[in-house]
Amino acid sequence: MSVLIVIYLVSSIAFIVGLKQLSHPDTARIGNFTAAFGMIVAIVATIFLYHNDDGTVLNNRSWIFVALIIGTLIGVRVAQKVQMTQMPEMVSLFNGTGGACAMLIAIMEYQYLIGKSSFDPNNHIWLVPSHEISFSNLLIIVVGMIIGTISFSGSIIAYSKLNGTMKDISFKGQHVVNLFILFSLILYVILFLYFTPLRSFYLSSTSQSGILPIVYLLIACFIAFIYGIFFVLPIGGADMPVVISLLNSFTGVAAGIAGILYNNRVMITGGILVGAAGTLLTILMCKAMNRSLKNVLIGSFSSSAQNQTTQKQAGVYKEIMIADVAMCMAYANKVIIVPGYGLAVAQAQHSCHELEKLLENKGVQVKYAIHPVAGRMPGHMNVLLAEANVPYDKLIEMEEANSEFTTTDVVLVLGANDVVNPAAKTDTTSPIYGMPILEVDQAKCIIINKRTMKPGYAGIENELFFHAKTSMVFGDAKEIIQKIVAEIKAI
Amino acid sequence: MDMSSLSNAFQSNVDLSYIIILSIFLGVEVISKVPSILHTPLMSGANAIHGVVVIGSIIVMGRIHENDYISLVIGFCAVFLGTLNVVGGFVVTDRMLKMFKKKK
Repeated sequence: MSVLIVIYLVSSIAFIVGLKQLSHPDTARIGNFTAAFGMIVAIVATIFLYHNDDGTVLNNRSWIFVALIIGTLIGVRVAQKVQMTQMPEMVSLFNGTGGACAMLIAIMEYQYLIGKSSFDPNNHIWLVPSHEISFSNLLIIVVGMIIGTISFSGSIIAYSKLNGTMKDISFKGQHVVNLFILFSLILYVILFLYFTPLRSFYLSSTSQSGILPIVYLLIACFIAFIYGIFFVLPIGGADMPVVISLLNSFTGVAAGIAGILYNNRVMITGGILVGAAGTLLTILMCKAMNRSLKNVLIGSFSSSAQNQTTQKQAGVYKEIMIADVAMCMAYANKVIIVPGYGLAVAQAQHSCHELEKLLENKGVQVKYAIHPVAGRMPGHMNVLLAEANVPYDKLIEMEEANSEFTTTDVVLVLGANDVVNPAAKTDTTSPIYGMPILEVDQAKCIIINKRTMKPGYAGIENELFFHAKTSMVFGDAKEIIQKIVAEIKAI
Repeated sequence: MDMSSLSNAFQSNVDLSYIIILSIFLGVEVISKVPSILHTPLMSGANAIHGVVVIGSIIVMGRIHENDYISLVIGFCAVFLGTLNVVGGFVVTDRMLKMFKKKK
């Protein structure tokens, strides 16, 4: 056992160091390996060195190995096949599987404890020796299961939404319904715990029908599952990254709680570390959008607010020819490209890099302005552009970009919408009011590429499109950029 | 519900409480200096780390009686899902980070 404790310590240190290294660009990749090393060591050591309290080793090792191997094969395959643009939903999916794992652990642990109990046929109660199952144990099982389940069902919904298979669903009084489900869940858990006194453990004390004790836990699981669905369902638009980050920290907490159950240090450090880090990341993201977590969770991107702004804006926009775009950019001194989700969808990052190199060769200064929540995840654009070998120093963050727009000749907006919407600054009724934006209207000329005039992910109209300095180019970002590149070459 | 049992549980697990509290501070500290360009890989890496929950599923699985097929199937699913979280998480993170090549 002592060897295992040392190994767990090593693994915990590997997680901490790995996470630390992951937060610096130079060491990030090593950091990922460090953490993975800690994980492998911990898993292998658990299989071979873990002893139960009564000194027995683990059973069913062949089953465990098969599950590990199948999981590894499928995990590697899925992770390697996925397109870079689908990264957000992939993270969400893997997060969901972790949540599901925590959920199943709690259910099985409960069933395991039930197995130690005996049914008293005279009084129709289940009796468990109190040293086997304590109140705190039961509390940990239930709370761990609930958090894991919410994370599971929530992540699946987030996955389907990002995937496009599911649309945002909101209805009137939705958050009343959500609160109702949440309170029912809490009430049920309190009742569940209350009817499980310490001394003698009544699991079906009121039932004459001999309902299996596990059913009472599964009801809590079911309510939590429903809550997870309703929790993510109304959240849409720009708030999706926040939700993924929040669910990520949920799973971390669930893993940590499962660790408390087994007094397993590496699970506690790993889980709680992620829980805390994920929560902070969530808050940082909320700050970047200038929205409170409460607003995000209640889902204040309500349909009523959308309608107001949609009705108000119906101006005229002007289109521009590709040749003119090329001319504009080729003779500019400074061009700033603002990438958004449209770039990701069109897989236009490589063409974009080509355009940038071409312009640089012509002596044009080119930079990319990255809004913290552009795309569907923080840093989504950075990942994409890095894939196309765009050097770091070309990517500038929002504050720096905003100070540079006044000296910029051409801003090329590629499939970004909400992050450049001036309504965030001017229109107090707008759902995104208060979110810091890229102030592209400071530049001399704005060229916006979109597929259609449809509003962006947050579902709000953008008055920037009707701005006097704005010209629109409609079409797939990749095709448009390739045409621009061809035109510039022809100049 | 018995508050004294809760406080007993707390007292018998003082070191556990220390680990939890220190881990919280550590998690916050580690993340607070992250440049926004690494947010996605970091989230993904953290996602892989909470896959440590798979250890819990291995422990539960190892305690199941060999003839309890229902539990075995559930346990199998738990280990499988946990492994997916770990492996998928790390591979995806590595794929992202591979692209962050240095160019000076």
